[in-house]
Amino acid sequence: MKSSVITFPGSNCDRDMDVALKKFGFKNKMVWHADAELPKSDLVVLPGGFSYGDYLRCGSMASKSKIMQSVINFANSGGMVMGICNGFQILVEAGLVPGVLLRNKYLEFICKNVFVKINDKKNKYFKNVDNEVLEFHIAHNEGNYFCTNDQLKEIEDNNQIAINYCNENGKIEDQFNPNGSIKNIAGIFNKEKNVLGMMPHPERMIDTSLSGEDGSLFFKNLINNLK
Amino acid sequence: MKISVIITLKKDVLDPQGKVIHQTLDGMGFEDVNEVRQGKYFEIDTKETDNDKAKTKVEEMCKKLLANLVIENYKIIDPK
Repeated sequence: MKSSVITFPGSNCDRDMDVALKKFGFKNKMVWHADAELPKSDLVVLPGGFSYGDYLRCGSMASKSKIMQSVINFANSGGMVMGICNGFQILVEAGLVPGVLLRNKYLEFICKNVFVKINDKKNKYFKNVDNEVLEFHIAHNEGNYFCTNDQLKEIEDNNQIAINYCNENGKIEDQFNPNGSIKNIAGIFNKEKNVLGMMPHPERMIDTSLSGEDGSLFFKNLINNLK
Repeated sequence: MKISVIITLKKDVLDPQGKVIHQTLDGMGFEDVNEVRQGKYFEIDTKETDNDKAKTKVEEMCKKLLANLVIENYKIIDPK
């Protein structure tokens, strides 16, 4: 399975993602944002970081970079595209998933482990994951998911919510919402579910000596689903 | 020609920064404030000399980059 990780000026989780993808069997290539062509890929990842210093709005500049036209075409033809953290912000700015990510409700940069509940398994990202709840890491200042009421209705009608913030037992309540996101949304799909944007970092949970193993579950499962 | 653009958050969008500014103003003794909403201001110096054409271009810039229409409104200020 081939993957590509796009590096934008200011990306800083691109190498972590490279390590994670390779660890679970992907042949990964790093792709520079100013390139026009994507290498042949089964999965394209927009990594976390602070592309263009978060100028204007997080992800807004990166969403207009040269490689993004190829990424958008790839996504529109059914290709798997995953955006993590700043990558999620780039996806919303590129219009590949609905909504926007606002400043966290309490104006704090949040850096901690969180639990997320998988809302939908009828997709290649979470199909066959045994767990209902995963422990991932978040580190962001603008992760407060927002969309219009019309968009929310459409998202819910199409079952596009991927994961919600919850407690370790999978309870989705306001008190387990770290950033003020509507409906505790931590990750969302496009309509076809080949594009996934999420704030949590699975690539930070792939080593028991450093963190947890739930990222390993996610990546192992993902590569099997793509085969 | 210089064209100015003001970007504001839509009415229903939470503006925590505006809220904190409001609270601070309150604490400073400005007790009459009902609400504060924070926005962005741009000055765009363009080579275009035709007023209408320049405004049309800036409007396109607003829609494509300067504003995110899910949460923001833009207002182009007539250059005079």
